[in-house]
Amino acid sequence: MAVITRGFGGRRRDDADLPPGQYRTDDFPVLSAGPTPRIGLDKWELAVVTETGERSTWSWAEFTALPADEPTVDIHCVTHWSKFGTNWRGVSVDTLLADVETAAEYVVAHSYGGYTTNIPLEDLLDGQAWVAYEFDGEPLVPVHGGPARLLVPHLYFWKSAKWLRALELRLDDEPGFWETAGYHNYGDPWREQRYLAD
Amino acid sequence: MARAAIPGRLTWQPATVAATRAETATARTLVLAVDGWTGHVPGQHVDIRLTASDGYTTHRSYSISSAPGPDRLEVTVQVVTDGEVSPYLVGVAEPGDQFEIRGPLGGWFVRRPADPRPALLIGGGSGVAPLMSMVRAATNPTRLLYSARSPSDALFSADLATAEAAGDGRVAVTRVYTRAAPPGWSGPPRRLDADALAGVAWPREADAVAFVCGPTGFVETVADLLIDLGHDPMNIRTERFGPTGG
Repeated sequence: MAVITRGFGGRRRDDADLPPGQYRTDDFPVLSAGPTPRIGLDKWELAVVTETGERSTWSWAEFTALPADEPTVDIHCVTHWSKFGTNWRGVSVDTLLADVETAAEYVVAHSYGGYTTNIPLEDLLDGQAWVAYEFDGEPLVPVHGGPARLLVPHLYFWKSAKWLRALELRLDDEPGFWETAGYHNYGDPWREQRYLAD
Repeated sequence: MARAAIPGRLTWQPATVAATRAETATARTLVLAVDGWTGHVPGQHVDIRLTASDGYTTHRSYSISSAPGPDRLEVTVQVVTDGEVSPYLVGVAEPGDQFEIRGPLGGWFVRRPADPRPALLIGGGSGVAPLMSMVRAATNPTRLLYSARSPSDALFSADLATAEAAGDGRVAVTRVYTRAAPPGWSGPPRRLDADALAGVAWPREADAVAFVCGPTGFVETVADLLIDLGHDPMNIRTERFGPTGG
Protein backbone atom coordinates (compact mmCIF):
# COMPACT_ATOMS: atom_id res chain seq x y z
CA MET A 1 0.00 0.00 0.00
CA ALA A 2 1.60 3.21 -1.16
CA VAL A 3 1.97 6.12 1.22
CA ILE A 4 -0.04 9.07 -0.09
CA THR A 5 1.87 12.31 0.36
CA ARG A 6 -0.34 15.17 1.55
CA GLY A 7 0.06 18.31 -0.47
CA PHE A 8 1.85 16.67 -3.38
CA GLY A 9 0.08 17.06 -6.69
CA GLY A 10 2.83 16.37 -9.15
CA ARG A 11 3.00 17.31 -12.78
CA ARG A 12 1.67 14.57 -14.93
CA ARG A 13 2.95 14.22 -18.42
CA ASP A 14 1.58 11.70 -20.80
CA ASP A 15 4.84 9.94 -21.42
CA ALA A 16 4.12 6.38 -22.42
CA ASP A 17 7.78 6.01 -23.36
CA LEU A 18 8.91 6.68 -19.80
CA PRO A 19 10.15 3.61 -17.88
CA PRO A 20 8.89 3.16 -14.29
CA GLY A 21 10.32 5.59 -11.74
CA GLN A 22 11.74 7.93 -14.39
CA TYR A 23 10.97 11.57 -15.05
CA ARG A 24 11.58 13.43 -18.27
CA THR A 25 14.26 16.10 -18.53
CA ASP A 26 15.30 18.27 -21.43
CA ASP A 27 18.70 18.99 -19.85
CA PHE A 28 21.60 16.63 -20.29
CA PRO A 29 22.73 15.94 -16.74
CA VAL A 30 26.15 14.50 -16.03
CA LEU A 31 27.00 11.70 -13.66
CA SER A 32 30.50 10.34 -13.22
CA ALA A 33 32.51 8.94 -10.37
CA GLY A 34 35.67 10.95 -10.83
CA PRO A 35 37.46 13.59 -12.87
CA THR A 36 36.88 13.84 -16.60
CA PRO A 37 39.87 12.33 -18.42
CA ARG A 38 41.28 14.48 -21.24
CA ILE A 39 42.44 12.28 -24.09
CA GLY A 40 44.24 13.77 -27.05
CA LEU A 41 43.05 12.38 -30.38
CA ASP A 42 46.66 11.65 -31.39
CA LYS A 43 46.98 9.34 -28.36
CA TRP A 44 43.47 7.92 -28.53
CA GLU A 45 43.00 4.29 -29.46
CA LEU A 46 40.06 1.93 -29.34
CA ALA A 47 40.68 -1.77 -28.81
CA VAL A 48 38.60 -4.92 -29.00
CA VAL A 49 40.26 -7.75 -27.10
CA THR A 50 38.98 -11.32 -27.33
CA GLU A 51 39.04 -14.05 -24.69
CA THR A 52 42.16 -15.48 -26.36
CA GLY A 53 43.97 -12.13 -26.20
CA GLU A 54 43.53 -11.22 -29.89
CA ARG A 55 43.58 -7.45 -30.16
CA SER A 56 42.02 -5.28 -32.84
CA THR A 57 42.77 -1.58 -32.56
CA TRP A 58 41.71 1.60 -34.29
CA SER A 59 43.39 4.98 -34.25
CA TRP A 60 41.09 8.02 -34.26
CA ALA A 61 41.49 8.39 -38.04
CA GLU A 62 40.79 4.69 -38.62
CA PHE A 63 37.83 4.69 -36.25
CA THR A 64 36.12 7.73 -37.72
CA ALA A 65 36.62 6.35 -41.23
CA LEU A 66 34.44 3.33 -40.39
CA PRO A 67 30.83 3.33 -41.60
CA ALA A 68 28.77 5.27 -39.07
CA ASP A 69 25.11 5.35 -38.02
CA GLU A 70 23.10 8.29 -36.75
CA PRO A 71 20.80 6.81 -34.14
CA THR A 72 18.11 8.87 -32.40
CA VAL A 73 17.36 7.20 -29.07
CA ASP A 74 15.85 7.73 -25.61
CA ILE A 75 18.29 7.45 -22.72
CA HIS A 76 17.50 6.56 -19.11
CA CYS A 77 19.75 7.34 -16.13
CA VAL A 78 19.51 5.35 -12.89
CA THR A 79 19.23 8.68 -11.04
CA HIS A 80 15.67 8.82 -12.44
CA TRP A 81 15.97 11.16 -15.42
CA SER A 82 15.21 10.19 -18.98
CA LYS A 83 15.98 12.21 -22.05
CA PHE A 84 14.03 11.59 -25.23
CA GLY A 85 15.16 11.76 -28.81
CA THR A 86 18.91 12.21 -28.38
CA ASN A 87 20.87 12.37 -31.64
CA TRP A 88 24.21 10.62 -31.98
CA ARG A 89 26.71 9.60 -34.61
CA GLY A 90 28.76 6.50 -34.00
CA VAL A 91 30.05 3.16 -35.18
CA SER A 92 27.84 0.17 -34.55
CA VAL A 93 29.42 -2.44 -32.28
CA ASP A 94 28.43 -4.93 -35.02
CA THR A 95 30.89 -3.16 -37.31
CA LEU A 96 33.69 -3.28 -34.74
CA LEU A 97 33.14 -7.00 -34.16
CA ALA A 98 32.55 -7.99 -37.80
CA ASP A 99 35.97 -9.60 -38.24
CA VAL A 100 36.43 -10.74 -34.65
CA GLU A 101 36.25 -14.43 -33.82
CA THR A 102 34.94 -15.06 -30.37
CA ALA A 103 32.95 -17.48 -28.23
CA ALA A 104 32.46 -14.81 -25.58
CA GLU A 105 29.08 -14.14 -23.99
CA TYR A 106 30.08 -11.11 -21.94
CA VAL A 107 31.83 -7.82 -22.46
CA VAL A 108 33.61 -5.51 -20.07
CA ALA A 109 33.84 -1.95 -21.36
CA HIS A 110 37.01 -0.20 -20.17
CA SER A 111 37.31 3.57 -20.03
CA TYR A 112 40.19 6.00 -19.98
CA GLY A 113 40.32 6.90 -16.29
CA GLY A 114 39.71 3.36 -15.05
CA TYR A 115 35.92 3.01 -15.15
CA THR A 116 34.51 -0.37 -16.16
CA THR A 117 31.04 -1.76 -16.83
CA ASN A 118 29.84 -5.22 -17.86
CA ILE A 119 27.24 -6.05 -20.49
CA PRO A 120 26.14 -9.33 -22.09
CA LEU A 121 27.55 -9.47 -25.62
CA GLU A 122 24.12 -10.06 -27.15
CA ASP A 123 23.02 -6.67 -25.79
CA LEU A 124 25.68 -4.96 -27.89
CA LEU A 125 24.85 -6.69 -31.17
CA ASP A 126 22.15 -6.44 -33.86
CA GLY A 127 22.04 -2.66 -34.01
CA GLN A 128 21.53 -2.15 -30.27
CA ALA A 129 24.79 -0.40 -29.41
CA TRP A 130 27.30 2.05 -30.82
CA VAL A 131 30.60 3.68 -30.03
CA ALA A 132 29.43 7.28 -30.39
CA TYR A 133 31.59 10.30 -31.15
CA GLU A 134 29.10 13.03 -32.04
CA PHE A 135 26.11 14.39 -30.15
CA ASP A 136 23.60 16.69 -31.87
CA GLY A 137 25.95 17.05 -34.84
CA GLU A 138 28.92 18.22 -32.77
CA PRO A 139 31.99 16.33 -31.55
CA LEU A 140 31.16 14.64 -28.24
CA VAL A 141 32.49 16.85 -25.44
CA PRO A 142 34.68 15.30 -22.72
CA VAL A 143 32.12 15.80 -19.95
CA HIS A 144 29.66 13.61 -21.85
CA GLY A 145 32.28 10.98 -22.65
CA GLY A 146 34.22 12.35 -25.61
CA PRO A 147 36.16 11.62 -27.69
CA ALA A 148 34.00 8.47 -27.85
CA ARG A 149 31.62 6.62 -25.56
CA LEU A 150 29.64 3.46 -25.63
CA LEU A 151 25.93 3.99 -26.34
CA VAL A 152 23.59 1.22 -25.16
CA PRO A 153 20.28 3.04 -24.90
CA HIS A 154 18.13 0.08 -23.83
CA LEU A 155 20.04 -0.24 -20.53
CA TYR A 156 20.48 2.35 -17.76
CA PHE A 157 22.96 4.92 -18.94
CA TRP A 158 25.85 3.93 -16.63
CA LYS A 159 26.27 0.96 -19.01
CA SER A 160 27.06 3.46 -21.79
CA ALA A 161 30.66 3.87 -20.64
CA LYS A 162 32.18 7.29 -21.27
CA TRP A 163 35.73 7.76 -22.60
CA LEU A 164 35.72 4.27 -24.05
CA ARG A 165 39.14 2.67 -24.45
CA ALA A 166 38.46 -1.04 -24.97
CA LEU A 167 35.80 -3.70 -25.24
CA GLU A 168 37.03 -6.86 -23.54
CA LEU A 169 35.25 -10.03 -24.69
CA ARG A 170 34.96 -12.64 -21.95
CA LEU A 171 33.60 -16.13 -21.42
CA ASP A 172 32.51 -15.20 -17.89
CA ASP A 173 30.68 -12.20 -16.47
CA GLU A 174 32.88 -9.77 -14.55
CA PRO A 175 30.92 -7.04 -12.68
CA GLY A 176 32.20 -3.53 -13.32
CA PHE A 177 32.54 -0.37 -11.28
CA TRP A 178 28.95 0.44 -10.29
CA GLU A 179 27.95 -3.21 -10.50
CA THR A 180 30.27 -3.96 -7.57
CA ALA A 181 29.14 -0.81 -5.73
CA GLY A 182 25.54 -1.85 -5.14
CA TYR A 183 23.99 -1.31 -8.56
CA HIS A 184 22.21 -3.92 -10.65
CA ASN A 185 24.27 -6.26 -12.79
CA TYR A 186 22.09 -5.91 -15.90
CA GLY A 187 20.25 -2.59 -15.53
CA ASP A 188 17.03 -2.81 -17.58
CA PRO A 189 15.11 0.46 -17.05
CA TRP A 190 11.79 -1.15 -18.06
CA ARG A 191 12.14 -3.69 -15.25
CA GLU A 192 13.53 -0.96 -12.98
CA GLN A 193 16.73 -2.87 -12.24
CA ARG A 194 18.50 -0.05 -10.40
CA TYR A 195 20.15 -1.69 -7.45
CA LEU A 196 21.47 -5.09 -6.52
CA ALA A 197 18.56 -7.55 -6.11
CA ASP A 198 15.99 -5.25 -7.77
CA MET B 1 39.70 1.11 -6.82
CA ALA B 2 38.35 0.07 -3.43
CA ARG B 3 34.67 -0.66 -3.47
CA ALA B 4 32.15 -2.30 -1.25
CA ALA B 5 28.94 -3.99 -2.16
CA ILE B 6 25.66 -3.12 -0.55
CA PRO B 7 24.04 -6.38 0.41
CA GLY B 8 20.37 -7.19 0.41
CA ARG B 9 17.29 -5.92 -1.31
CA LEU B 10 16.40 -2.30 -0.85
CA THR B 11 12.74 -1.82 -0.13
CA TRP B 12 10.65 1.32 0.07
CA GLN B 13 10.02 2.44 3.64
CA PRO B 14 7.64 5.07 4.96
CA ALA B 15 9.37 8.23 6.16
CA THR B 16 7.67 10.83 8.33
CA VAL B 17 8.75 14.44 8.36
CA ALA B 18 9.73 15.00 12.00
CA ALA B 19 10.94 18.59 11.66
CA THR B 20 12.10 21.09 9.07
CA ARG B 21 14.83 23.75 9.26
CA ALA B 22 15.21 26.61 6.84
CA GLU B 23 18.83 26.77 5.63
CA THR B 24 18.42 29.69 3.23
CA ALA B 25 15.49 31.40 1.52
CA THR B 26 15.43 28.59 -1.05
CA ALA B 27 16.76 25.54 0.76
CA ARG B 28 15.76 23.58 3.77
CA THR B 29 16.63 20.51 5.75
CA LEU B 30 13.99 17.87 6.44
CA VAL B 31 14.44 15.63 9.45
CA LEU B 32 12.93 12.27 8.52
CA ALA B 33 11.87 9.61 11.01
CA VAL B 34 12.18 6.10 9.56
CA ASP B 35 11.43 3.03 11.68
CA GLY B 36 14.31 0.59 11.61
CA TRP B 37 16.70 2.93 9.78
CA THR B 38 20.16 1.70 10.72
CA GLY B 39 22.24 4.62 9.55
CA HIS B 40 24.35 5.32 6.49
CA VAL B 41 27.90 5.99 5.36
CA PRO B 42 28.60 9.72 4.95
CA GLY B 43 28.19 10.64 1.29
CA GLN B 44 25.34 8.24 0.56
CA HIS B 45 21.94 9.29 -0.75
CA VAL B 46 18.34 8.13 -0.63
CA ASP B 47 15.69 7.88 -3.30
CA ILE B 48 12.48 9.67 -2.34
CA ARG B 49 9.13 8.63 -3.80
CA LEU B 50 6.15 10.97 -3.63
CA THR B 51 2.67 9.65 -4.37
CA ALA B 52 -0.27 11.94 -5.16
CA SER B 53 -3.80 11.06 -4.05
CA ASP B 54 -4.63 9.62 -7.49
CA GLY B 55 -1.67 7.25 -7.37
CA TYR B 56 0.70 9.30 -9.54
CA THR B 57 4.26 8.86 -8.28
CA THR B 58 7.60 10.46 -8.96
CA HIS B 59 11.12 9.86 -7.65
CA ARG B 60 14.26 11.85 -6.99
CA SER B 61 17.60 11.19 -5.31
CA TYR B 62 18.81 13.38 -2.43
CA SER B 63 22.03 13.30 -0.44
CA ILE B 64 21.90 12.67 3.28
CA SER B 65 23.33 15.66 5.17
CA SER B 66 23.14 14.36 8.75
CA ALA B 67 25.67 12.31 10.69
CA PRO B 68 24.90 8.57 10.60
CA GLY B 69 22.48 7.41 13.24
CA PRO B 70 19.50 5.14 13.85
CA ASP B 71 15.82 5.88 13.18
CA ARG B 72 16.28 9.26 11.54
CA LEU B 73 18.17 11.04 8.85
CA GLU B 74 18.25 14.49 7.29
CA VAL B 75 18.15 15.54 3.68
CA THR B 76 18.87 19.09 2.57
CA VAL B 77 17.06 20.24 -0.52
CA GLN B 78 17.62 23.27 -2.73
CA VAL B 79 14.65 24.42 -4.79
CA VAL B 80 15.14 23.80 -8.49
CA THR B 81 13.30 26.31 -10.65
CA ASP B 82 10.52 24.45 -12.47
CA GLY B 83 11.26 21.37 -10.35
CA GLU B 84 8.54 18.91 -9.46
CA VAL B 85 9.76 17.47 -6.18
CA SER B 86 12.07 20.09 -4.67
CA PRO B 87 9.32 22.79 -4.43
CA TYR B 88 7.18 20.31 -2.48
CA LEU B 89 10.02 19.33 -0.13
CA VAL B 90 11.16 22.91 0.48
CA GLY B 91 7.83 24.72 0.44
CA VAL B 92 5.00 22.33 1.25
CA ALA B 93 6.06 19.39 3.43
CA GLU B 94 5.27 19.83 7.13
CA PRO B 95 5.99 17.78 10.21
CA GLY B 96 3.75 14.72 10.17
CA ASP B 97 3.67 14.43 6.37
CA GLN B 98 4.73 11.12 4.90
CA PHE B 99 6.39 9.80 1.78
CA GLU B 100 8.64 6.86 1.01
CA ILE B 101 12.38 6.46 0.87
CA ARG B 102 14.77 3.78 -0.28
CA GLY B 103 18.35 3.56 0.79
CA PRO B 104 20.97 4.32 1.86
CA LEU B 105 22.41 4.19 -1.65
CA GLY B 106 25.79 4.61 -3.26
CA GLY B 107 29.04 2.87 -2.45
CA TRP B 108 31.59 5.14 -4.08
CA PHE B 109 31.11 8.78 -3.08
CA VAL B 110 31.43 7.79 0.58
CA ARG B 111 33.88 8.43 3.36
CA ARG B 112 34.13 5.38 5.54
CA PRO B 113 35.03 5.99 9.20
CA ALA B 114 37.80 3.37 8.94
CA ASP B 115 39.54 5.25 6.12
CA PRO B 116 42.54 6.87 7.84
CA ARG B 117 43.43 9.21 4.99
CA PRO B 118 42.92 12.93 5.41
CA ALA B 119 40.11 14.30 3.27
CA LEU B 120 39.63 17.41 1.23
CA LEU B 121 35.94 18.13 0.72
CA ILE B 122 35.03 20.69 -1.90
CA GLY B 123 31.42 21.74 -2.27
CA GLY B 124 29.72 24.15 -4.62
CA GLY B 125 26.28 25.49 -3.69
CA SER B 126 23.93 22.77 -2.48
CA GLY B 127 26.65 20.25 -3.36
CA VAL B 128 27.85 20.72 0.18
CA ALA B 129 24.98 18.52 1.48
CA PRO B 130 26.71 15.10 1.37
CA LEU B 131 29.95 16.76 2.50
CA MET B 132 28.13 18.08 5.58
CA SER B 133 27.46 14.48 6.58
CA MET B 134 31.19 13.75 6.20
CA VAL B 135 32.09 16.81 8.28
CA ARG B 136 29.65 15.87 11.04
CA ALA B 137 31.02 12.33 11.20
CA ALA B 138 34.70 13.21 10.73
CA THR B 139 37.06 11.07 12.79
CA ASN B 140 40.12 11.94 10.70
CA PRO B 141 41.60 15.22 9.48
CA THR B 142 39.07 16.92 7.23
CA ARG B 143 39.24 20.17 5.30
CA LEU B 144 36.14 21.60 3.71
CA LEU B 145 36.29 24.25 1.01
CA TYR B 146 32.82 25.61 0.44
CA SER B 147 31.96 27.85 -2.48
CA ALA B 148 28.64 29.71 -2.28
CA ARG B 149 27.29 32.69 -4.16
CA SER B 150 26.90 34.83 -1.07
CA PRO B 151 26.53 34.45 2.70
CA SER B 152 22.74 34.35 2.31
CA ASP B 153 23.04 31.44 -0.15
CA ALA B 154 25.40 29.44 2.07
CA LEU B 155 23.99 26.30 3.68
CA PHE B 156 24.83 25.03 7.17
CA SER B 157 26.58 28.22 8.33
CA ALA B 158 25.95 27.61 12.04
CA ASP B 159 26.39 23.83 11.80
CA LEU B 160 29.75 24.21 10.10
CA ALA B 161 30.96 26.58 12.80
CA THR B 162 29.80 24.10 15.43
CA ALA B 163 31.50 21.17 13.71
CA GLU B 164 34.71 23.14 13.38
CA ALA B 165 34.66 24.08 17.07
CA ALA B 166 33.78 20.56 18.20
CA GLY B 167 36.29 18.87 15.92
CA ASP B 168 39.35 19.34 18.14
CA GLY B 169 41.21 20.73 15.17
CA ARG B 170 40.26 17.80 12.94
CA VAL B 171 37.84 19.90 10.91
CA ALA B 172 38.82 23.09 9.10
CA VAL B 173 36.38 25.08 6.97
CA THR B 174 37.36 27.60 4.29
CA ARG B 175 34.76 29.63 2.46
CA VAL B 176 34.73 31.22 -0.97
CA TYR B 177 32.00 33.61 -2.11
CA THR B 178 31.52 33.99 -5.83
CA ARG B 179 29.05 36.90 -6.08
CA ALA B 180 28.86 38.79 -2.80
CA ALA B 181 31.18 38.53 0.18
CA PRO B 182 30.19 39.44 3.74
CA PRO B 183 31.26 42.78 5.27
CA GLY B 184 34.87 42.74 6.36
CA TRP B 185 35.75 39.88 4.03
CA SER B 186 39.32 40.01 2.76
CA GLY B 187 39.31 40.56 -0.98
CA PRO B 188 36.55 40.61 -3.58
CA PRO B 189 34.14 37.79 -4.39
CA ARG B 190 35.78 35.31 -6.72
CA ARG B 191 35.37 31.94 -8.31
CA LEU B 192 37.16 29.03 -6.78
CA ASP B 193 40.58 29.11 -8.45
CA ALA B 194 43.96 27.42 -8.30
CA ASP B 195 45.21 29.73 -5.54
CA ALA B 196 42.24 29.01 -3.31
CA LEU B 197 42.65 25.29 -3.85
CA ALA B 198 46.41 25.35 -3.31
CA GLY B 199 45.74 27.08 0.00
CA VAL B 200 43.72 24.15 1.37
CA ALA B 201 45.07 21.14 -0.55
CA TRP B 202 46.92 18.52 1.45
CA PRO B 203 50.56 17.94 0.51
CA ARG B 204 51.03 15.16 -2.00
CA GLU B 205 52.63 12.85 0.57
CA ALA B 206 49.53 13.02 2.76
CA ASP B 207 47.78 10.62 0.32
CA ALA B 208 44.57 12.55 0.80
CA VAL B 209 41.27 11.67 -0.80
CA ALA B 210 39.20 14.44 -2.36
CA PHE B 211 35.41 14.56 -2.57
CA VAL B 212 34.02 17.14 -4.97
CA CYS B 213 30.30 17.83 -5.22
CA GLY B 214 28.36 20.54 -6.97
CA PRO B 215 27.04 21.59 -10.36
CA THR B 216 28.77 19.99 -13.32
CA GLY B 217 30.81 23.03 -14.33
CA PHE B 218 32.05 23.46 -10.77
CA VAL B 219 33.04 19.82 -10.43
CA GLU B 220 34.81 19.82 -13.78
CA THR B 221 36.80 22.92 -12.88
CA VAL B 222 37.77 21.73 -9.42
CA ALA B 223 38.71 18.20 -10.49
CA ASP B 224 40.93 19.59 -13.26
CA LEU B 225 42.60 22.03 -10.86
CA LEU B 226 43.24 19.25 -8.33
CA ILE B 227 44.93 17.16 -11.02
CA ASP B 228 47.03 20.20 -12.01
CA LEU B 229 48.08 20.47 -8.36
CA GLY B 230 49.38 16.90 -8.51
CA HIS B 231 46.43 15.13 -6.94
CA ASP B 232 46.09 11.49 -8.05
CA PRO B 233 42.93 11.27 -10.26
CA MET B 234 42.15 7.91 -8.65
CA ASN B 235 41.78 9.70 -5.31
CA ILE B 236 39.28 12.25 -6.57
CA ARG B 237 35.66 11.24 -6.17
CA THR B 238 32.96 13.35 -7.71
CA GLU B 239 29.23 13.81 -7.48
CA ARG B 240 27.54 16.25 -9.85
CA PHE B 241 24.15 17.76 -9.30
CA GLY B 242 22.11 20.89 -9.21
CA PRO B 243 19.80 22.38 -11.81
CA THR B 244 21.84 20.92 -14.66
CA GLY B 245 23.05 17.79 -12.96
CA GLY B 246 20.33 15.21 -12.40
